[in-house]
Amino acid sequence: MNRAEKEAYLREYGQLKAEGEPFFPYSVAKDSVVAVIVMAIIITMSIVLGAELGPKADPTSTTYVPRPEWYFFFLFELLKIIKPPELVPLATIGIPTIGLILLFLLPFYDRSAERHPLRRPVATTAGIMVIFAMGYLTYMGAAAGSPNEIEMEAPSTLAGAAAVEWEKGKIVVGQSGCLACHKIGENGNNGPGPELSHIANKLPAQAIAQTLRNPTSPMPSFKNLEEQSPEKFSAMVSFLGQLN
Amino acid sequence: MPDVKKLLPPIPDSLKLQPRRAGTDPEPETVLENAQEAGKHAAGWIDERLQLSGAVRWALFRKVPRHDWTYALGFSVMFSFLSQAVTGVFLATAYDPSTTNAYESIRQITNEAFLGQFLRGMHRWGSTVMVVLVFLHMAQTFFYGAYKYPRELNWVIGVVLLVLTMAMSFTGYLLPFDQRSYWATIVGVNINGTGPIVGPYLSDFLRAGPEFGATTLSRFYAIHMLLVPGAIGAMVGAHLWLVMRLGTTSPPWNKPRKKADA
Ligand code: HEM
Repeated sequence: MNRAEKEAYLREYGQLKAEGEPFFPYSVAKDSVVAVIVMAIIITMSIVLGAELGPKADPTSTTYVPRPEWYFFFLFELLKIIKPPELVPLATIGIPTIGLILLFLLPFYDRSAERHPLRRPVATTAGIMVIFAMGYLTYMGAAAGSPNEIEMEAPSTLAGAAAVEWEKGKIVVGQSGCLACHKIGENGNNGPGPELSHIANKLPAQAIAQTLRNPTSPMPSFKNLEEQSPEKFSAMVSFLGQLN
Repeated sequence: MPDVKKLLPPIPDSLKLQPRRAGTDPEPETVLENAQEAGKHAAGWIDERLQLSGAVRWALFRKVPRHDWTYALGFSVMFSFLSQAVTGVFLATAYDPSTTNAYESIRQITNEAFLGQFLRGMHRWGSTVMVVLVFLHMAQTFFYGAYKYPRELNWVIGVVLLVLTMAMSFTGYLLPFDQRSYWATIVGVNINGTGPIVGPYLSDFLRAGPEFGATTLSRFYAIHMLLVPGAIGAMVGAHLWLVMRLGTTSPPWNKPRKKADA
């Protein structure tokens, strides 16, 4: 905005203000109505949705689900879209940092005098696109589903004890939080780890067991599980070893 | 505009203030007049010392351009923040920020304390409501072009408030100390650590040491209930000061009825 535009704005604003209404009660009335609505929403959500408390934090367990609050999903999803390890810092900090800097500096690079959204096509389009991108990423994060349950039918070739073992392995794998980083069938996040839906085609059961014991970082090791409950560990291996 | 007086219940005659006859001595006579006089006197005494009535009158009766309901979003954010502050104080009376007791104290609040789960629910869902409202308020000021001259700095303060709000929700998530909050926070802190330059320092600061442990929880608690709310309070003060000094914008499609004198 150049000087003439600033003066024109201030003149018009002065006029609009003089033709306006006193803050009390004009604005106060609207604000009060909104306060009541906000309070009603919070109280209703609290009554209907309650406050859950999961099992106690256990640093030694691997049965965890690193799932952030839903309004961080859009940041979390960036991690999954950008896979190559050398680009991960870009996703985690790079894009959010650049976005934040752009947000901070907005009034300093968008200096035009126009304020009407329909006459600011670039700003309005950019704003709508950002909203859609964030909405889409949030949806993706939410649609990843309950990350500790695998919805899969046992292959029809399995019967009897083998099918039971398979089902047990499916539950253990689900509870162990693998889905936070791996996709298995319809469930789980596709990344940062590789998809496991057909892992048995690539790795024999022994190699899978070896990876569970000595994984590459940041995957946690399941060595403790093998020592403490070997039957769970072998169920995991037999489940994963039949994903083909 | 409906006539407000008609909506009020009728006042009994004995409580009505009688208009003074012109030219009479203004000495209070009835009990009511005396009470009124006492009130005026007390208010006058205080105002003589605080010198506030001018500012309050200005703040309440200053004119604002006609505007629509989206202008209440800023206030709704502030209101949800106040709700968080109040419910947070109540939660703090029963919460114990130590790794051994945190979970148990939250369990007690949830399952045993009177209205405890309701209180936790209000704080928990209040945070969601506040985050959503902050984004809506930001979108409103963006699409209405309210960040432009002369309100640039108010936008910048707003972005600081956005970051602080997200920091509130990030640090609060750990406090119940259940599996989910624990592991999600570890991942979150590690993600911060991958950032360029300040990343490692930031994650060290959050962890309060090289390992994620007992000190981390008390650090998160201090950040969550002292540092960030204090900063939000100060920033909201600055934000509102600017809103009042500069005046709220007019929706861009409203034009003055009279042409401004050129
Ligand atoms: C804790 C967070 C916040 C609180 C409590 C808050 C509160 C308020 C209030 C009460 C108003 C005046 C009423 C209105 O126009 O809505 C306002 C105006 C404003 N806010 Fe915020 N705000 C917050 C965050 C933000 C954010 C994140 C931004 C943008 C990045 C922002 C930018 C603005 C601007 C530019 C105005 C002037 C609007 C105008 O004059 O029309 N605020 N804020």
